[in-house]
Amino acid sequence: MTNRNEGIQCEILDRMDIVWERPPALLDVKMHYCPGCGHSVVHKVLMEVIEELDIQDKTIGIAPVGCAVLAYDYLDIDMQEAAHGRATAVATGIKRVRPDRIVFTYQGDGDLAAIGTAETIHTVNRGEQIVIVFINNGIYGMTGGQMAPTTLPGMKTTTSPDGRDVESQGHPLKIADMIALLPGAYYVTRQSVTSAKGVRKLKKALLSAFQYQIERKPGTSFIEVVSNCPAGWKMTPIEANRWLKEEMLKYYPLGDLKTPDT
Amino acid sequence: MATKLLMKGNEALAEAAIRAGLKAYFGYPITPQSELLEYLVRELPKRGGAILQAESEIASINMVYGAAATGERVMTSTSSPGFSLMQEGISYIACAELPCLLVNVMRGGPGLGTIQPGQCDYFQAVKGGGHGDYRMIVLAPGSVQEMADFVYLGFDLADKYRIPVLILTDGALGQMMEMVEFPEYDIEAHLVDHSSWATTGKKKGSERHIITSLFLDPEILENVNLHLQKKYDTIREKEVRYEAVMTDDADFIVVAYGLSARVSHKAIEMGRQEGMKVGLLRPQTLFPFPSEQLNALADHVNGILVVEMSAGQMVEDVRLSVNGKVPVEFYGRMGGMIPAPEEILNEINRFYSQKLIEETF
Ligand SMILES: Cc1ncc(C[n+]2csc(CCOP(=O)(O)OP(=O)(O)O)c2C)c(N)n1
Ligand code: SF4
Ligand SMILES: [Mg+2]
Repeated sequence: MTNRNEGIQCEILDRMDIVWERPPALLDVKMHYCPGCGHSVVHKVLMEVIEELDIQDKTIGIAPVGCAVLAYDYLDIDMQEAAHGRATAVATGIKRVRPDRIVFTYQGDGDLAAIGTAETIHTVNRGEQIVIVFINNGIYGMTGGQMAPTTLPGMKTTTSPDGRDVESQGHPLKIADMIALLPGAYYVTRQSVTSAKGVRKLKKALLSAFQYQIERKPGTSFIEVVSNCPAGWKMTPIEANRWLKEEMLKYYPLGDLKTPDT
Repeated sequence: MATKLLMKGNEALAEAAIRAGLKAYFGYPITPQSELLEYLVRELPKRGGAILQAESEIASINMVYGAAATGERVMTSTSSPGFSLMQEGISYIACAELPCLLVNVMRGGPGLGTIQPGQCDYFQAVKGGGHGDYRMIVLAPGSVQEMADFVYLGFDLADKYRIPVLILTDGALGQMMEMVEFPEYDIEAHLVDHSSWATTGKKKGSERHIITSLFLDPEILENVNLHLQKKYDTIREKEVRYEAVMTDDADFIVVAYGLSARVSHKAIEMGRQEGMKVGLLRPQTLFPFPSEQLNALADHVNGILVVEMSAGQMVEDVRLSVNGKVPVEFYGRMGGMIPAPEEILNEINRFYSQKLIEETF
């Protein structure tokens, strides 16, 4: 068997045939994410963008508390691990003392839209020049599949066993739509990881967001990624992908919510 | 050049922070420390630092976490309820070993309490406050001069040990006006090179830096804890600071810090005039606590009175220090009440008359 840490060696493959390649800035280590999980896809695209913009040596990333808490084990850049929900406050602290650095946060929906809502809104309202990458998988993945603020109505989780009842448990929070209303937001978009085309669009969005920060455009870039959690949703990766397309995207339609010219 | 100015305690602290090379301040308004934020808003941007009024104390402390991890001198300040909100963040900072300066200008509690001065956050300050086995260095100024002096000291200790340093003071010292001298201070000479761990962007060809307090493997986390405890032991050994007033010939001493120590000082002077051989030990560091010094004093005094503006918190550390060698009494006022020197003198008197009775029978 091939040791995965050594990469796959195969002579019959031509460079032309390669459809997936690990960017060098994504470390060659085994990830802890479940099979089919969107986190790993977003990590890869993120590091491709950082490489392409040649900002690896001046980027500081903030990992959340959530399944991506160990993101720093995979991303070959300086990183800080923040308390649950406080990533954008941590990013603000860095950016205020080192405005010449490129700073981003990477946060789940529980982290960003429940416990960290105040920090999220105020960071964008101040127009901090950072990139916020928001992974919305409609659930608390790390703690074992509890209801998140983004959980869809009727969706079953361990803390909404009969399906989310909006009357007693509130409505799914479309936080990106709220963010787009803030004058401090420079670029707000919602993308996904369901298809190869979707991933390419996500990459384009990330490229724009980091480019804006490099150019010191006034305001925050906020990129929501509608993602999955096969483990928490209790589905196979294929079922999860289908459910994401059919149910999640109905509630969280893809596209730009605010662009620099709107 | 050294300068001498008449200033409020809070302002002296803020001015000293700028002179010590403060690069960023993050804070949220709360009485009785808002002058600190207001002073820095006026002065810091002009003098090379960044300042931000955060949306909460939770945000402030996490901004400090982020900024401190770049290796710059950063701080926040607050008063009791705000300090409670910061505890999770402080625990992260302590575990990730980030140097920074924190200030709690205490008021009376619990709850929303009062805006009047208090000393009821001692336990929270010296025993950890947040979750986990961590400590901060805790400095307790006793005058406006020390409000300034302990800022330089605080930053130096924070940098030296990669530890959060807390200045624990109270609303009265914060508002009090006194002359304060700012010494000549060469910032560059004091700055420590943090480039081996600070997150400022991964240098080409070198290892990335990671700031975290997550260690999932219990064996590794135990080692992290052992490392922290070792550091705290070094601090206990090397960084104890206190002021001893007329303790050499004393047969009875008062132990008090901050504002209580100022009042107690007055009380022992009155006691001396009445012929009592009474002294004062004023801890300037609450962690590390002057335990050995107290234990040694207990060999030649007959009793100790601890005075605090609380229900009795530091008194526990005094009792642990003297380990039953002599009786340790407590006198405290709470809820923003400041004891008068006469009240303390009464307590001292009571001790002497009790002693007298014991000796007669
Ligand atoms: C203060 C605090 N409260 C609760 C937790 C427990 N906790 C860890 S991760 C998490 C939820 C994470 O969910 P999300 O942000 O959606 O990330 P995901 O795992 O789904 O990517 C919670 C509640 C914690 N670590 N800290
Ligand atoms: S629990 Fe969900 S979010 Fe976490 S790694 Fe597994 S699939 Fe991904
Ligand atoms: Mg989630």
